[in-house]
Amino acid sequence: MATTTDTADTVVAEDGVRRRDFIEIAAVATAGVGGIFTLIPLISQMSMSKDVLADSTTELDISALEPGQSIKAIFRKQPVFVRNLTQAEIDAANAVDVDDLRDAESLADRTLEGHENILVVMGVCTHLGCVPLGAAQGEIKGEFGGYFCPCHGSHYDTAARIRKGPAPTNLEVPEYTFTSDTTIVIG
Amino acid sequence: MSFPWAKQYEPTNPLMKYLDEKLPLPRLVYNAVGAGYPVPRNLSYMWNFGVLAGFCLVLQIVTGVVLAMHYAANDAVAFDSVEHIMRDVNWGWLMRYAHANGASFFFIVIYLHIFRGFYYSSYKAPREMIWLIGVVIFLLTMATAFMGYVLPWGQMSFWGAKVITGLFGAIPLVGESIQVWLLGGYAPDNAALNRFFSLHFLLPFVIAGVVILHIWALHIPGSSNPTGVEVKSESDTLPFHPYYTAKDGLGLAVFLIFYAAFVFFMPNALGHPDNYIPANPLSTPALIVPEWYFYPFYAILRAFTFDFILPAQLWGVLAMFASILVWFFLPWLDKSPVRSGRYRPLFRKFFWVLMVDMAVLFYCGGAHAEEPYIMISQIATAYYFLHFLVILPIISSIEKPEPLPFSITEAVLGSDEKAAQGDSAGTAA
Repeated sequence: MATTTDTADTVVAEDGVRRRDFIEIAAVATAGVGGIFTLIPLISQMSMSKDVLADSTTELDISALEPGQSIKAIFRKQPVFVRNLTQAEIDAANAVDVDDLRDAESLADRTLEGHENILVVMGVCTHLGCVPLGAAQGEIKGEFGGYFCPCHGSHYDTAARIRKGPAPTNLEVPEYTFTSDTTIVIG
Repeated sequence: MSFPWAKQYEPTNPLMKYLDEKLPLPRLVYNAVGAGYPVPRNLSYMWNFGVLAGFCLVLQIVTGVVLAMHYAANDAVAFDSVEHIMRDVNWGWLMRYAHANGASFFFIVIYLHIFRGFYYSSYKAPREMIWLIGVVIFLLTMATAFMGYVLPWGQMSFWGAKVITGLFGAIPLVGESIQVWLLGGYAPDNAALNRFFSLHFLLPFVIAGVVILHIWALHIPGSSNPTGVEVKSESDTLPFHPYYTAKDGLGLAVFLIFYAAFVFFMPNALGHPDNYIPANPLSTPALIVPEWYFYPFYAILRAFTFDFILPAQLWGVLAMFASILVWFFLPWLDKSPVRSGRYRPLFRKFFWVLMVDMAVLFYCGGAHAEEPYIMISQIATAYYFLHFLVILPIISSIEKPEPLPFSITEAVLGSDEKAAQGDSAGTAA
């Protein structure tokens, strides 16, 4: 801050600090702090707006969902699969030794107590985000009878756990609760 | 280009030395707004408004780019997207109010900058080019502001677009074709809204480019000053930094106080309530006026109510454009060799008469198009052109100016002996 030392009337104290240095530092610091505070709205405006946040839960009526049927719903602009597992699918999932899996989770870990037959997973492949096949009737279910991602060939089993292919983890189970026996709220 | 005693950029840090060799950007800043730009030592606060206008341009671009992230330029959703910004987007209300009031404050600053130029005859040689570029900037800013006002697609937006493009419709023979071409439709609709958005986004960057030319042209003769006497020696100048960065900084702080008062406490005071009604092509608002900063020119437009050789409508349009284009000729209409109004007693009086005249036009522009405002507008419009085309040339030939100081230093200190003895540039320090 020696910018004004060329003026003859500058009073320099013994330690080289001038009274004006204080004013300069105080003024520039005040402007600087104010400038930093203006960054808050400029940055915050890009994060999710209130209408997007308000849209962040999905309520589903699953009363008509028979064993062996799935529904595709939209949760936070992404597909979510809700499947009523058949007894055969539950048995197939429980027959696997959990410790042998890439992402070790049992079917019980991935469902809610009392509703072990209802499997809710995000329809987003954990590899690179494609939508796996298998929820709708007639779609390829992969080698393990669950879901198959056509993009890079990830196979998921009946509990939507990764069994083969590049995906690193099982299909994500979103946070959800049963608000009644036939109604779930995701998010 | 600068005075011979301008300080040179001498980086000491090895990194800055390297940068100076490869890309002398710090040197450019140093010479433009740093210690390397010598500025007359006697600048008053009226010389703050150039920097403030630059600040406003940056403010408008920053808030405008933010708004463009959330706004949708489609006639079906534009109005709702503005409400979305107000209600849903984080700090969206602040961004929109900052942008809307920023436009008004931009014009306040620009007008004071222009009126400063009037009073101190900043348009005179050797600064004609700065002035001409400045008028171009003003025209571009007006166009940008107008198109921005259309974007919320409220009632005033819609009818503003219709009326202003209607100005082009007044041109004989080809007018209607031009108007339809400008709008891309028979009336303002989605095509017009979309192109206005595109141009509203583009023009500020064009303005920024022309502002660089404005400053470039300014740095050749250097800043004018309240005495109008040219810089003679080093004792007449101070380095821009820290002296004028500090002075402009204080001006900026005061400006921001007024600006924040509007943004936070009366954000809609300068707008029109009707623009919160969605655009309706079937109903014109009772009072259709532009934003306040166009009032004086709008009054001139409406002052012509009678056909005289050409239709009244065309006269109004021509007069409105001419009222700004006449500024282009100022350097040649005012022939007085004395610049500053401070030493021109007659010119000074008529400057204030012009200010009052523009205030009258301003008032009439915002009023209903009825008597007595129409007649007052007509008289004020006549005087406006009389001032520039007749009074100013006459004053400059008959006026006896007051004695000028020998130099800026003498004006400030009362004497300038070194320069008077011929011991000038370079050794005066």
